[in-house]
Amino acid sequence: MRNVVLEARDIVRDYHIGGGLFSSARTVHAVKGVTLSVEKGRTLAIVGESGCGKSTLARIITLIDPATSGELFIDGAKVDIARGGLTPELRRKVQIVFQNPYGSLNPRQKIGDVLGEPLLINTGAPAGERRDRAMTMLKKVGLEEKHFNRYPHMFSGGQRQRIAIARALMLNPSLLVLDEPVSALDLSVQAQVLNLLADLQDEFHLTYVFISHDLSVVRYIADEVMVMYYGEAVEYGSRDEVFSEPQHSYTRTLFAATPRADIDSIKARLAAKTAA
Amino acid sequence: MAHTSALGSVSTDPSRRRQIAEFWFYFSENRGAVIGLVVFALLVVIALAAPLIAPHAPNAQYRDAVLVPPFWEEGGRAAYPLGTDAVGRDMLSRLLYGSRYSLFIGVIVTSIALSGGIVVGVVAGYFRGWVDTAIMRLMDIILAFPSLLLALVLVAVLGPGLTNAMIAIALVLQPHFVRLTRAAVMAEKTRDYVTAAKVAGAGPLRLMFRTILPNCMAPLIVQGTLSFSTAILDAAALGFLGMGAQPPTPEWGTMLAEAREFILRAWWVVTFPGLAILITVLAINVMGDGLRDALDPKLKRS
Amino acid sequence: MALLEIENLVVEFDTASGPFRAVDGVSLSVARREVLAIVGESGSGKSVSMLAIMGLLPWTAKVTADRMDFDGTDLAKLGVADRRKIIGKDMAMIFQEPMASLNPCFTVGFQIEEVLRVHMNMDRRQRRARAVELLEAVGIQEPADRLGSYPHQMSGGQCQRVMIAIAIACNPKLLIADEPTTALDVTIQKQILDLLIKLQAEHGMGLIIITHNMGVVAETADRVIVQYKGRKMEEADVLSLFASPKSNYTKALLSALPENATGKRLPTISDYDPEAAIAGATS
Repeated sequence: MRNVVLEARDIVRDYHIGGGLFSSARTVHAVKGVTLSVEKGRTLAIVGESGCGKSTLARIITLIDPATSGELFIDGAKVDIARGGLTPELRRKVQIVFQNPYGSLNPRQKIGDVLGEPLLINTGAPAGERRDRAMTMLKKVGLEEKHFNRYPHMFSGGQRQRIAIARALMLNPSLLVLDEPVSALDLSVQAQVLNLLADLQDEFHLTYVFISHDLSVVRYIADEVMVMYYGEAVEYGSRDEVFSEPQHSYTRTLFAATPRADIDSIKARLAAKTAA
Repeated sequence: MAHTSALGSVSTDPSRRRQIAEFWFYFSENRGAVIGLVVFALLVVIALAAPLIAPHAPNAQYRDAVLVPPFWEEGGRAAYPLGTDAVGRDMLSRLLYGSRYSLFIGVIVTSIALSGGIVVGVVAGYFRGWVDTAIMRLMDIILAFPSLLLALVLVAVLGPGLTNAMIAIALVLQPHFVRLTRAAVMAEKTRDYVTAAKVAGAGPLRLMFRTILPNCMAPLIVQGTLSFSTAILDAAALGFLGMGAQPPTPEWGTMLAEAREFILRAWWVVTFPGLAILITVLAINVMGDGLRDALDPKLKRS
Repeated sequence: MALLEIENLVVEFDTASGPFRAVDGVSLSVARREVLAIVGESGSGKSVSMLAIMGLLPWTAKVTADRMDFDGTDLAKLGVADRRKIIGKDMAMIFQEPMASLNPCFTVGFQIEEVLRVHMNMDRRQRRARAVELLEAVGIQEPADRLGSYPHQMSGGQCQRVMIAIAIACNPKLLIADEPTTALDVTIQKQILDLLIKLQAEHGMGLIIITHNMGVVAETADRVIVQYKGRKMEEADVLSLFASPKSNYTKALLSALPENATGKRLPTISDYDPEAAIAGATS
């Protein structure tokens, strides 16, 4: 049974850069007709370099910014935030985790309030229940009860990213957009967060859209991969297809540029160096 | 509930205490600021305890002691330590009571300007567009006038008196807060945590005042202290020009105005109110400097 | 003889919550024509130790070392003025954020020529010619035209090339690159790393690359130092580091690489107990 959580058809996003005193107005095409669909419990990774439109696409999927044209379906329901009609019910279904764990938490909000806020806004749950649910989620992402009343600045980057993930999960979303969630983290912490994401996906049957520029992370976590280049999806397929037989020349360039840390390539490099 | 509060107090205390300790570490590094704080605290104590420590009533006239010099001068009396004015009122008592007016003016004017400025500034910074343009042009117009002149005009329209003077000064000081708030809100609005709150479903009011505003407070607190001294100074100036507090109120600026004609004969009637204003304003300003050092993360060293 | 030789470097910061030891007894040496990589996660003190050598730390830092020799001169004994003569000339540094390290108010040409004017005693014509030559060396197209560009008119990769041009302007003996490619895209990273290695070989420089990326280490280094919380965990040549890491911390770092993942879960640092790793390193 196919159970498509997210479907996007021909998404376009243009930015109009207004004509100032000395320049004429022009249009920048950030996303040029991207079509994708993700089934329940799967992970789609969107790969690309800076300026390729992957973050713009993430904001459209998360219903933060409207698309210029194209259709977006969440759990089969058509969504168009430009024409309003974004119900709290729909809002709840898609949540996001940002790249920078230092900017994504309100510095003046205690962790307990960070986690309780989505419930406070969206549900009529009383304070006690909000507290209990927040506490449960805090433990689920690997933090402890004593962290509940602390402020974000007392946490490390990895812990903050756990808190951001916990906040995103408070409303039981069906789709989680992860916008470079581990790019700002140290290698060892990155591994922990990736493990956490895998565990949570199993437990809550979550669907992930994972935005990244790091191919090794993508190869590890993704089921399907989309490569974006200047606003276009130049490559889209299952992970094994994309990594074993890249079709587009840009994908091949990207693979070739990724540094390799295996012993054979180090040997090859050192051999080439002594020969030169 | 008891369980909740106990847990809360246990786990927040160290963080709060550490924050205060850190604040004090940076604040106390600026020695001038600490002196300013001490002087300001002293002023508050004096203002609160004025009826207890003043030797005479502020408006009591002693016909036998007109223009008595301070006690260390020839002809001075111990009963009037800083001398008396032209109608025989004790200078020290009047100065002590005057501190009440100055602090009162500072508190009221700053709170009106601050709260008004914050609301308008948050709205301008959050909504942008034509709302922003309209608000900011209006503020630019207010800023285009010399502030004291505009306050004078406003008082002339509203009628002289301390209350109207305070309203006028608050209006004149407001644009600084609006600008500051707007700039801070615009900077914070693009941060990820604001987007995250939006994704969690928060409405504009919640975003503006619960999410964004608390993170813009540091520069506003600093500007608030500086406005405090400006308010005192402007109120004194209006009093001096006869547009502020009316005689026989022992307001420092009004006292100066009353004493103008004796400036050559009796130096003490003008010097002491002037000194009082100077010391108060200076103390608050250096304190504000220290606050900025302690609250502005950009000035903190690693 | 080693180009740079540091023994038992300690850097302490005076903070609100008491002194903080960022670098704790690190020793290192770099030879001419050698590429040394210092690898570590945030808080490992890898950048701080290099800034200490350059004398670029704020006044709150206390730097001590048993030995701090660069090319036969004792850096610790040099005064501020003498030190400035070496820094930027014989010892140059490039930073992580190429956009932020260039002054946005001046043209690229001006900023390159400024270094030449300060250190090299060249006249205006020579400086201009050298600036063009440098931009060409770092692979910027139409170098003569590009001299008049401002940093904001260039991409991040181009800015980093300009930074490299400024760094090698006075033919330094040692180039320190602090996370030179972290802010850049993978394809640009590849180009910049290739450029650095090429220039290093051509000029016979010593090159220190500070990074957190094991891939960058594997692609560039001859020798590697692994740091953790201000201490040196391991020092080895690049092949033996990857083939047979000795310290637990290095093992943990390597196994946390997603490309080395064997199962569904990645092994993490706590599986290896970094505190025990420290104890092992110091005993």
